[in-house]
Parts: sequence; structure tokens; C-alpha cells
Amino acid sequence: MIQQDLERIREEARRRLSEASVPEAVEKVRVEILGKKGSLTEILKGMKDVAQEDRPEVGQMVNDTRAAIEEAIRSAQQKMEEKLLKERLSAETIDVTLPGKELPQGHLHPNTRALNELKEIFVGMGYEVMEGPEIEKDYYNFEALNIPADHPAKDEQDTFYINGDILLRTQTSSTQIHAMEAGRMPIRMIAPGRVYRSDAVDATHSPTFHQVEGLVVDKGITFADLKGTLDEFSKALFGKDTKTRFRPHHFPFTEPSAEMDVSCFKCGGKGCSFCKGEGWIEILGCGMVHPHVLEMSGIDPKEYTGFAFGVGLERIALLKYGIDDMRLLYENDARFLEQF
Amino acid sequence: MNTPLSWIKAYVPDLACTDQEYNDKMTLSGTKVERFIRLDKNLEKIVVGKILTIDRHPDADKLVVCRVQVLGDAKTQFVPAAEITGLAEDGTVQIVTGASNLTEGDVVPVVLAGGRVAGGHDGGPLPAEGIEIRAGKLRGVESNGMLCSIEELGSSRDMYPEAPEEGIYVFPKKNEPAIGSDAVAALGLRDSVFEYEITSNRVDCYSVLGVAREAAATFGCDFIPPQVEVKEGPEKAGDYISVEVKDPDLCTRYCARVCTDVKIAESPEWMKRRLAAAGIRPINNLVDITNYVMLEYGQPMHAFDLDTVAGHKIIVRRAQDGDEFQTLDEQVRKLDKDVLMICDAEKEIGIAGIMGGENSKITDHVKTVLFEAATFNGPNIRKSAKRIGLRTDASSFFEKGLDPANAEAAINRACQLMQELSCGTVTQGMIDVKEPLKEAVRIPFTPEEINAFLGTDYSKETMLSVFDRLELSYDEAANEIVVPSFRQDLKAMCDLAEEVARFTGYDNIPMTLPKSSATMGAVTPRMKVEEKARQTALHYGFSEAMTYSFESPKTPDRLLIPEDARERKTIRIMNPLGEEFSMMRTLPVNGMLTSLATNYSHRNKDVRLFEIASVYLPKSLPLTELPDERRQLALGMYGAGDFFTMKAAVEAFLKSCGITKDVEFEADAGKSFLHPGRQAKILVSGAQIGYMGEVHPIVLKNYEIGERAYLADIDVDSVVPLSDFEPHYTGIARFPAMSRDIALLVPNTVTAGQIEKTIRENAGEQLESCRLFDIYEGKQIGIGFKSLAYNLTFRNKERTLEEAEVNAAMDKVLSALKELGLTLRG
Repeated sequence: MIQQDLERIREEARRRLSEASVPEAVEKVRVEILGKKGSLTEILKGMKDVAQEDRPEVGQMVNDTRAAIEEAIRSAQQKMEEKLLKERLSAETIDVTLPGKELPQGHLHPNTRALNELKEIFVGMGYEVMEGPEIEKDYYNFEALNIPADHPAKDEQDTFYINGDILLRTQTSSTQIHAMEAGRMPIRMIAPGRVYRSDAVDATHSPTFHQVEGLVVDKGITFADLKGTLDEFSKALFGKDTKTRFRPHHFPFTEPSAEMDVSCFKCGGKGCSFCKGEGWIEILGCGMVHPHVLEMSGIDPKEYTGFAFGVGLERIALLKYGIDDMRLLYENDARFLEQF
Repeated sequence: MNTPLSWIKAYVPDLACTDQEYNDKMTLSGTKVERFIRLDKNLEKIVVGKILTIDRHPDADKLVVCRVQVLGDAKTQFVPAAEITGLAEDGTVQIVTGASNLTEGDVVPVVLAGGRVAGGHDGGPLPAEGIEIRAGKLRGVESNGMLCSIEELGSSRDMYPEAPEEGIYVFPKKNEPAIGSDAVAALGLRDSVFEYEITSNRVDCYSVLGVAREAAATFGCDFIPPQVEVKEGPEKAGDYISVEVKDPDLCTRYCARVCTDVKIAESPEWMKRRLAAAGIRPINNLVDITNYVMLEYGQPMHAFDLDTVAGHKIIVRRAQDGDEFQTLDEQVRKLDKDVLMICDAEKEIGIAGIMGGENSKITDHVKTVLFEAATFNGPNIRKSAKRIGLRTDASSFFEKGLDPANAEAAINRACQLMQELSCGTVTQGMIDVKEPLKEAVRIPFTPEEINAFLGTDYSKETMLSVFDRLELSYDEAANEIVVPSFRQDLKAMCDLAEEVARFTGYDNIPMTLPKSSATMGAVTPRMKVEEKARQTALHYGFSEAMTYSFESPKTPDRLLIPEDARERKTIRIMNPLGEEFSMMRTLPVNGMLTSLATNYSHRNKDVRLFEIASVYLPKSLPLTELPDERRQLALGMYGAGDFFTMKAAVEAFLKSCGITKDVEFEADAGKSFLHPGRQAKILVSGAQIGYMGEVHPIVLKNYEIGERAYLADIDVDSVVPLSDFEPHYTGIARFPAMSRDIALLVPNTVTAGQIEKTIRENAGEQLESCRLFDIYEGKQIGIGFKSLAYNLTFRNKERTLEEAEVNAAMDKVLSALKELGLTLRG
């Protein structure tokens, strides 16, 4: 009897599972056969009527049947899940060529980008970043830099004056003096900041622009150190194959003075329209701090020597990012800024 | 300064280099070449030709047919016969021309077929590749080349005054070059002109001789300056003129020489060509000599007609305030007591170092000339020229402060040329009034010190050979370098070091890194805050702007700033570029609004900008000490977003600086340029650090921004001391939280800020968060009310909270809210 019932239940399970098309139908099979009131459970309840000696065998048969049905259900469930997943994945296919979803993103000013590059290089070399006032005493902007009252350079720089003694600094070199007066040796600093010159606005001039001043003062600093430092800097900023060239120049507060060119980073120095065929691009002015400047700031030139340099930030930004008009830097058109 | 290379080579005869080599080497030794141009650029196959016959063109009234002899002596023949198209057996070519200034027998420049000229006959801009001349037919008549005008040769009548106003250049009869020879060379155009950037310390290099001396030292050649010998006549200068300098502080030396029997004529070709190549128009022998010597020696000279000099006396003295004087350009100039004048016994006859007077001008009838070569106080000349508004070639020399020794050399050179060019007879002697000349500068010579300074290892001999090339002598006994008077720039060891470096080559100095003590790289605390500001701003979609620090005095009006407000106490620039750039900003607002307006006018949508900008706040006016320069974070936006978008950015910035507690926004920041109902002070622990709000509609209109716009301005310097970049870990909550939602009926007079403050003050320490999650205004709520719904979360870090504790806290909160006039919504 029981054997036949078991056979029947097993057959029923097989049939219903094969017909099931939704997970609920499978679950229904499980409940109706294996559940508390399921048909197989019912049979187990009838075990008490089975003769004692037959019980192990019958029990074994019931268990086998149960195991077989459980396995069939598991297999049916798995197939069902696979099928459903397949359907879902297929239904969820997207057009991957649709545009991406943008988050509004702000952009740094090209000057800041350029300054960040410079800062990173020099801070990495152990330089401290400092700042000085933009509205400055004549003394710091001129006199302490070896530019006395009657010096022609004073006229050349077209200074904006607030009064006879206070002016808008024309160069960040004034921060050299503040750093030296502070007197903490050795000095290894850069000082970025805004400077002013009475130049009318055009594609290459602005009455406001930015410089980054550099100053190193210590025992035994040489012109060779200046060259080596700025060569490293140029390679870091413009690429490791960059070459530097130092040309004699004149600044009142350095002696010897030089202008530094880098090999054109567009043509590698062969000469192109970007470097006007010269292969070199002028980047900065530099020199050994004039001993008289050290002396005026209270540093003994017999004990200490130093070098200084000044970079035009806008010049770097224009060159590096290929901007052709300085006016764009102060117009703040979003379509311009978004490109940086 | 423009100088033909041939002129330099005249004093450095061994100089052999290409233009490019000269350019490069001079630049690297410190005489920077700005540019150089070949005068014979695009001039090809141009020979001297003689017009044998001129016949009418059979078919054109305005054309003539010339037979031009272009083949001459084989020794001077420039283009061989085999390369001349259309050459007849008699050595002529046929050329058709439209020029009307020719006669048979004229000798002219001829470009042969297949050659090239620099420009058109109209003298317009020169085409880059020049113009090729081909053989062809003009109205049916064969033409094998072209007769050239001076413009076609790339020059002008200014430089070749003998050239006709219109038509072909005809070589002057008295000095005709050989037929068939190089016409370009005959015109002095086989040359290149170099333009230098001379640094202000090298006064001596504003002269051909100065540059030639540098060139000789650069290329290691001998420098051979002109040998000056003046052949004097029988008369004595002292019988003609006396000189008195009343203001020796402004006139360090006054040299005067006199030439009699002056004959004004044309200068010789070589002088005209050199002047022309240097960009100076040849006039006549006398004027040309003064110009030539000015270029050659860097010493401007003045020539007076001695017959106009009253009393035959020169007095050098200051003018008086209010004096007027007519300069030789016929303009009347206003003078003052600091302007130095050249006077005769009766009147002023020239402004010293700037320009001579109309009243003593040289005319073609001049018989006796008084030459002046003087040195004046440079800064005074510069300032005088500026005040008078007259900067001349001469003043730009004098303002550099010239070498008194050079004045004598130059005046003697001029007299030599006067005599050699048969321009006049030089009288004996020079009247010389001078302050004692400065003693030569001596610089102690320590090669080790120079090497230590440069980081080099040059021998003493190497250094001395550099000095020798530069005419610096070595006093071995004193171990000093003696500096010649023309090198006013050399004063100390560092200057000698530069000379050594320049002529051994900057390139040959090694590259090393400072071997000295290690230092730590660092940025200032303010830069750290600025960096956070930038990061936050970028994250919220704000792009970085930069604006000018100066603005128009009209700005406060545009921003509706009240008359007596602090923002109107501004620093003014004495000499601004213009009124609109004359005032140092006290607010970053104008720059921001101007930038937003630019974007609005360019139809850019949803613009968000920020600027880290300085403002300049005077401690007192007029300025006696340096002002406060305060750094501001200015945010501005229009388009997507509102007040609360901006507020979120502000809060995020403060949070990025570690400022999370006690941040408050208090209605009404008192800003005239913001919407009165939509502006807030930003406070941290009760102290104001900034403000923000919607821009006032009138201000929007003033700036022509057609949308609502929002501004925030945070004083970065106030944030710096409050900032804390150190994270402080407080653990992860391990015990469960309990959360309560309440919906409140709130009269419009009560702000969310007040409610949140009340909740926080009454909910006790276990309140973890209080979050507004719903705002409702509408039909279901009475007019004058709104509904605000808050979620309050409580948690205790050490244990699980009891229901009763939270209930007690909520009771306290609710009763406090009730006192504010709030009720719970059902």
C-alpha cells in the first residue's frame, strides 16, 4: 500500500514540477507534498500501522522518496531562477551609446593650475611658500632691491602709486626682502602673488598679473646651484627632455643676472611657429642675489650668498595650455574656464 | 638699437661669422639680439645696367622700350652671360618699362629675368617671398627683366634721398658703379641690420663702438676703434667762444669746438648708407656727422650756428619756473627751474640734452658751427623730458648717464670727420668745462672668491684674459682690476664674476643643486584653507575666476552702498590707467557680478563662479601705513540652484575646514546689494565670518543680469584661526538609536533656525541628530503658517536607551516649542 502511495506521490510531484512555470507553483508543490499537511507527511503519519519489522525498510523508502522530491524541487527552482534571470537580463539591455550623466563640475583657473604645478615642484624640493603684501612700501619694491630713487628701472616698470611712499608692488621680488629681514637661515622659499604695472590691456599685457618669486640664501650657494635648480624645475614642469639655456641679462638686485630659456616643448628645440623658429622660449629671470641687497637686509654677504628668480605665472599658463590672449584670463567666461 | 653688421665689422675686421652665428653668440654673451634682417632679402640677379637707347613702345603710350647694357668687365660681372635671358651679342637686354624719369646713358639697377625683387614700386608692405621677375612680352614687345625703383629694392627715398619721387633709381653720375656688377652691393644692401636689446646698465653699448667691443670679446678678435686725429686750422676756438656752466650738478662736462668755413653738402655714400641702415635719414654732411658720431660713440652732440649765439658765449643754467621756449620743431615748451638750459649771452638757445632752439637752428647758410658734446645729470634729463613731454633720441641717451670721458672722444671724432669730409675747418683747441673726472674704479681681484660665487674652477689667467679683452686692466701690485670709465656698471666682485661668466660662457658653468642644509617644504595655514575652499567650490560646480583688484569709483553706487558705509572708504591710485581702474576694492562683489554679467551676456547657462580675492581695507585715510589685505572666498551663481544651494556650498566649505559646530545663518546681513528678505550673516560661534544672499533686483539690473543671482563672501582670514584639519574619530555607535518624527504648525514669524536651536537646547545630550525633512505651506494650513516636519534621533553611546528617557526628552522639547508658539500637527 504505502509503496504504491509513495510511487503515486513521486509521480505526482514529477508531473506537477514539470508543468510548473512560475516559482509559486513550485512552492505549492513543496507545501502540498512536503509541508506539514503535505501528502508525504501524511504517509509518515501512517507509519504507526506498519509492522515493526517492516518499518526500517518502509522508512527508508519514505526517506528516499522525500529526498528524490526535494531534489526535484531544488532542481526545478534552480531552472526557474535561471530562466527568470535570463529573462530579466535580456529585458534590461540598455543602449550603452546613450550619453553619460554629468555632475556639475567646477574648474580651476589656468593660473591656479600653473601655480599648483610650480608649488608642487618647489615644495618637493624643500621650499617654503610665502606671501607678501600687494600694497607695498617703496622701500621693499625698489630701494631694498638696489633700485634707488633716481634709477631708470623705476620708470621702466610703470608703477601705480598710492602716494609718494606707498605703491602697488611691481614685482614679487619685494617678498625677498621680507624673507631676508625675517632672518631665519637658511632661506629656501617661493612667493606667488599678484603684481601691478601700468600697462594697458591687450592680448599680451594686463595691468594686473602674477609672479612667483624664488629665493635661496645659505652658505656656499653658487651660480651653478641656480642653474641646476632651475634646470630641475624646467624638466619637472615641461618634461624630462627639456633643455635650459641661460643668457646674461641685467636686474638691479642680482649679479650676475640671467634670463632662462627652455627648449621649445612643441618642437623640441628644432624651431617652429610656436617658438618663432628660435627653438627656445623665454621663461624667467634669475641671478645671484646682489651682495648689496643681502647687506641692506641685514645678511652678511661674506658669510652668505643666494640666488633668486621670478617667473611670470600667466606666461607659464599661456605657454603650457596654449592660450593665445591674456584678456581671457580675467574675463571669466565659463566656456573658457571649463577647458581647464 | 639698429646697426648694420658691416659697421661693426669695420672695427672688428677679423670677425668672420654668419648672421645666425653672430646672433647666437652675441645673445649668449649678453648683447641680446632681438632680430636681424638681411637688407638683400629677396634681391636676386640684380646688376648695374646702362640704358643705351630708349624708344617708344609701338602699341602703348605709357611704355618705353629700353636697350640696357648689362654685361661689363669680366672681373666685376655679377651674373655670367650664360645666365642672362635674352642677352644680345652686344651685351644688352631689352626691357620694357613704364618709368618716365629715364634718359639715355643713365646707370640703373636691373633685375634680370629669373631674378627677384623685394617689393612693389608703391613701397607697400614687402611680401615674404618677394616678387619673381620673368621674361615675357609687354603689349607684344619682349622684355627680359625690370629696371628697379628704390622701393622695389626694399628701401625708401627716406634712406636714399637721391632717388626720384617716382620712377627708377638712377646711380649718381659722379660715382657710377661698373656695368654688370652687383647693384645690390653698389647700393650698400649686402648687409644685415641687427637690433639689440641693450640692458639699462650697459650705457656704453648704446653705441656701435660699444657693441663692436663686445663682439670682439665674444669672438676673440681684435677691436680696432677709429684712430682719431684732428687736423686743426690756424685759428683758436677760444677766440670764438667761451663757456660758463652755472649748474655743475646738472652738467658734469661741457666740451665745445668750433669749425669755420662750413660748406653744407651731401655726405659721402658710405656715411649715408650706414646711417640709412641704422634707420636714420641722411640730410647733409653737418647733420649726418652729428648723427653718425651719436651712433658710433653713443654721445649725442648739438651743432649751433655760431653767428646766432649772442656774445659768442655759452651759459649752462637752470630755467626759471614759467619760462617758455620754442624748440626747433617749432613747438613752444613750458619750463621750470629744474630744466637745464643752454643759453647765450642774451637768451636761451636750447634745452640741455633734449632739443635745440628754433633761434639757433643750423641753416644751409651757416658759416661757423659750434659743436657741443656734454654730459648731463641722467635722472634730471629723464624727469625733465617727462615733464616737458618731449623725449628725443638725444634725451634717451643722456638719461642713462653718459661717460664724461666719451664726450671729448666724440667731439674730436666729429671734428675729424668735418675736416675729412671737407665740411669745414677745425679751429684749435677744445673749450672744456668740467667737474673733476671720477677716479677709475678699482676692484680687489680674488679668483677664488669669483670661483666660489660662480661654482666654477677657472684659472686666474682665464679670468685675466677675459678682463683684458674688455679693456679692464690688472694692477698686479695692488692685485686690483682697474675699470675703464665707460664701464660704469662694474663696481664689485659680483660684477667681475659676471664678466668672467659671460665670456667663458654661462653654458660652461656646471649645474649643481644646493649642497646646504635641508629645509622642509611648507605652505601657509591660509593657503591650506584656500585649498579647501577651492576643492569644495569645484565639488559644488563653481569654476575659478580671477578679476582685477582695482575698480571704478562708480562701483559703490552700482552696489547701492550707502554714503557713509565702510565699503566707500577706499584706497585710490594716484596715477591709474583710467578712472575705471582707480580704486582698490573693498569687496569682491563687483568683480564677481561683472564676471556673471559677462557670462550672462554670452548666454552661458547655469553659471557658478568663485574667486579667492584680496580686498584692501585702509586703517586710515589718507594712507599712512599699509592697509589690511584680507583674502575673501567669493561665490556667485545664476541659473540652476537657489539660496540654499549656495548655503550648502558655504556649509560644506566650513565643514572641510573642520568647522561644524556653532555655524549659524542669521537673517539680514545689512548688505545693500542683496535682497533684503534673502540675505544672511554667516556666523561661527557668534562671530561673523561672512554673508550671503540673493542679489538685489536693482543691482541685477545695474549689471544687466537677467536672472536671479546669488552671492556669498567669506573672509578667509577669519576662517584660518577657526580651522582644524585634524580628523577626530568618535567611534561607531554600537547601541541602537531611537527616532521620533514630529510635524509642527509654525507661524511664519518663527524661523527654522530658531526651532532647531530650541530643539538642540532642550533635547539633552542624547540627541544625535535633528533633521528637517519636510516643509509644507498650502491649503491645509492656515495663512501665516507653515508645517515643518523634523526627525529627531537619540542615542546613548554606552547603553541601549530606555523608551522613557526619550519620552522625557521629547516632552521637554515640545513644551519649549510650545512657548515659541508652535503646536504639533495631528
